Amino acid sequence: MRRPPEPVQVVKQRRDAALHALVGGVPYIQFLGIRFDRRGDELTGLLPYDDKLIGNPLLPAIHGGVTAAFLEVTAIITLSWAWLWEDIESGKLKLSDLESGQLPRLPKTIDFSTDYLRTGLPRDAYARARVTRSGRRYASVHAQAWQDNHDRPFAECSAHFLMPRSDG
Amino acid sequence: MTANQNTIARQFIESIPHAGALGLTVTHIGDGTAEIVMPYNPRLIGDPDTGVIHGGAVSALMDTCGGAAVISHPQSPGGTATIGLRIDYMRAATPGQSITARATCHHITRSVAFVRAIATDDDTDRPVATATGTFTVEEA
Repeated sequence: MRRPPEPVQVVKQRRDAALHALVGGVPYIQFLGIRFDRRGDELTGLLPYDDKLIGNPLLPAIHGGVTAAFLEVTAIITLSWAWLWEDIESGKLKLSDLESGQLPRLPKTIDFSTDYLRTGLPRDAYARARVTRSGRRYASVHAQAWQDNHDRPFAECSAHFLMPRSDG
Repeated sequence: MTANQNTIARQFIESIPHAGALGLTVTHIGDGTAEIVMPYNPRLIGDPDTGVIHGGAVSALMDTCGGAAVISHPQSPGGTATIGLRIDYMRAATPGQSITARATCHHITRSVAFVRAIATDDDTDRPVATATGTFTVEEA
């Protein structure tokens, strides 16, 4: 006989707790104020505007380094999320471990290339990443950031990551 | 660039709100080169297990230093914005140590400035990261 499906609130609680542990445990993500929206397995990075993110006070414009960092954070979290998804779903990753800050090793950035397409305006920004190749040792990720209009991205990046060894 | 212009450029860089948030200090600027120091700060940690600084903070340091090198070039009208920036991460920066970026604007045209940069911690023989960037050339 088939197992009855899990109650939706149990599924949501487990996924949200995993995401919260993944994002909340990194001081730099908190420093920039980045949050993540989750719809099923799809993540959207959110960078709420703050004065300290400004790089050119005359325009004013968001600092190019902040834009790169936002894309990099979105890429790493999205890649980690995809990598951990099965273990979160199967229960192999214990909710209690995640909540106590016991995170698995995360991917390491090998290289990171940012294209600045438009000026980052002094308002909220959003980003999504797509894992274009996920291998045992290396992964390729592409990410794009936009503000008011999703069809007019203000920056994009492509990056390579070294995956954590699955035995340790 | 004259010494006076260098002082103005240094003050301009250090007045950038995000440069202030990162605690950046310009230790050298002039003739298309710049050196900027980012002190170790627990708020910039990317790996809580080891205390290693997040790559994003290194990106912001490299970007700032690259832009500083461009505006200090004798042929620069004084303004710039990043077109593209590529960073290679060779190793994790040692926790507790400040990170220093050195950037050189090695070529400049009427429209584009080309930059190379390197980031090191106390062990200056083993770079933490290297970068190449292209920047716009414009009035301040």
